[in-house]
Amino acid sequence: MPAFLQFEGISKAFGEVQALRTVTLSIRKGEIFSLLGPSGCGKTTLLRVAAGFERPDEGRVRLDGEDITELPPNRRRVNTIFQNYALFPHLNVGENIAFGLRVAGRPRREVREEVQRMLRLVQMEDQVHKKPAQLSGGQKQRVAIARALINRPQVLLLDEPLAALDLKLRQRMLIELDMIHDEVGTTFLYVTHDQSEAMSLSDHIAVMNNGQVEQVGSPLEIYEAPLSSFTAAFIGDTNFFDGTVMEAVNGEYSLLGINGFPDVLCFNDRPRTVGDLVHLSLRPEKLAITRERPPHRLHHNVVNGVVEDVIYLGSQTKYRVRVSEYLLTVLRQHQRTLLDEQPITWDDGVWLDWHADDGYMLERYRERDEDLMSLPPNDSDEPRGE
Amino acid sequence: MASDPWPGFARPRLVGRRPASAPGELVLSLPSLLWLGVLFVVPTAIILAMAFKPADPYGGVGSGWTLATWRSLGDPNYPAIVWRTIRLSCIATVACLLLGLPAGYAIARAPFRWRQTLLLLVVVPFWTNFLVRIFAWKVLLHPEGFLRNALLSARFIRPEQTLMYNEEAVLLVLIYTYLPFAILPIFAAAEKFDFSLVEAALDLGCNRIKALVLVFLPGISRGLLTAALVVFIPALGSYLIPDIMGGPAGEMIGNKIAQRVFVDRHLPHASALSALLTLSVVAPMIVVLLTRASRSPAGLRRET
Repeated sequence: MPAFLQFEGISKAFGEVQALRTVTLSIRKGEIFSLLGPSGCGKTTLLRVAAGFERPDEGRVRLDGEDITELPPNRRRVNTIFQNYALFPHLNVGENIAFGLRVAGRPRREVREEVQRMLRLVQMEDQVHKKPAQLSGGQKQRVAIARALINRPQVLLLDEPLAALDLKLRQRMLIELDMIHDEVGTTFLYVTHDQSEAMSLSDHIAVMNNGQVEQVGSPLEIYEAPLSSFTAAFIGDTNFFDGTVMEAVNGEYSLLGINGFPDVLCFNDRPRTVGDLVHLSLRPEKLAITRERPPHRLHHNVVNGVVEDVIYLGSQTKYRVRVSEYLLTVLRQHQRTLLDEQPITWDDGVWLDWHADDGYMLERYRERDEDLMSLPPNDSDEPRGE
Repeated sequence: MASDPWPGFARPRLVGRRPASAPGELVLSLPSLLWLGVLFVVPTAIILAMAFKPADPYGGVGSGWTLATWRSLGDPNYPAIVWRTIRLSCIATVACLLLGLPAGYAIARAPFRWRQTLLLLVVVPFWTNFLVRIFAWKVLLHPEGFLRNALLSARFIRPEQTLMYNEEAVLLVLIYTYLPFAILPIFAAAEKFDFSLVEAALDLGCNRIKALVLVFLPGISRGLLTAALVVFIPALGSYLIPDIMGGPAGEMIGNKIAQRVFVDRHLPHASALSALLTLSVVAPMIVVLLTRASRSPAGLRRET
């Protein structure tokens, strides 16, 4: 499918701060495309470039083939849902939703019908006379969605729309956003710093960092095949290893030498030669943890270590396992709770087992990305042109 | 909220008006009530009462009650002066709002480090005595002054035209004097205004001007109202400005009151005029306060 919304080499600086560095992205018609990254990564700036609030220093924005880089916001067929909703406080719910059509000078009757249609879509029929100050966060969110969609935008821009809501409501609104998207079929460009929002909602995700796109792909690709240590660490947890290619195994696999480990077998995405330095990412849930040494199986790696920490999370337990200089995170999903089973606990000797295909060799590695996992995601406030 | 299974559908819980003042609140508001009572309500009542008294021959207030003073307000001189007073005050108010709006907006939107300086510049004139500043205008606009001579030689004005002792001069100085009082509340409202609302309006199809009219102006309406009141009310009661700048052609009701006191020595007459003025000031304010109270969302504020 051809690109519908295109960013071609967008750069933008605010004074000394380079918010975007030649960002190129293609968004297909009708999809939900997420810009995912930590605060200050430039994702909101890119959204504001799409909306027309920021003019890029370099690069073009195309919508449905038309160059819209120079168009002011009111002449673009895109609408925005703002992080704080930006509902007009002096207008009631119905007047807020009708705003776009009234400004466009559409006939009164048509406006009324469209507002009714939108109220039904967001299930707010009985709230039409309330002022924004009388609405809950979730209700404001619905009004903001209706106010934007009534203009039938070609692209709906969503700037961290769920950031202000509490966890349960966020999960519910996420499902509702998906349902609304299914119903209207508009292209969504969704900005978030929350990986779970992006993963569950998007057709494609662009992971952004430091004004650049780190990786574009489906949620599955981003999670299972991260290109960089940043992507691997920002989306979920992972374990990083440095290793050297010791031996090629029938072309598809490499035998890696990792300090303190027996030789580790790993699948090659790209050809590797003996002597290459590689960085391996291994997701915690891919590691099986057992007390007894597992039987040897083809293409499996086995290593033993000592449990340093046990974190019980309800449906899962997280273990921190020491293997020589590495402290590995292991996640175990509870299949069944056998109360008489002797649980693995502190200072136990354990065996870790994983398939060679589950380790992933990264193209780019930066040591500081390892810190991303120990930090909770920040609330976003990005540099804006003030 | 967190335990609500369908928070999106929750009806907002409305909090009623707070229960009528607790004893503590009464104690706390006592000083200001006292202040208002002693310095505003009682003097106003005295003035009102004096308007119903006859004058005594020596310029004081006689005994007994009479309506003669009020009847004398029917003097054909007064309607013209009252009309001029209201007209000039209205024009000054509108002009101050029109000038104060862009100024307040610009200051609120200025980078933070500039804001303090700009505000200081607005307030700087207050450092000079009010009377001195009016006399400065007198010097500037004087028939033998530099400005008039320059305009005369450039043939912008004819020799029989003067820059002062007319309504326009009064208006000019009224606007000059009260403009800072208009800028400050407009600035305060604009500074608190959420400018992402303007972006939302642009996003929904407004051009810049439409966005400002449809979203910004309603958003700062309270600041505008305050600005209008703090210009209009003192302008109505002006005495010094028309006295110095206006001459007989620019007299306002304040000058008439002063004349009744100092020239005619007819205190009841002066009282009746100032009661009229006070009423004409207080009446619109009561209307504004009542409409504010009925529109105020205080009774509908959500529980948080």
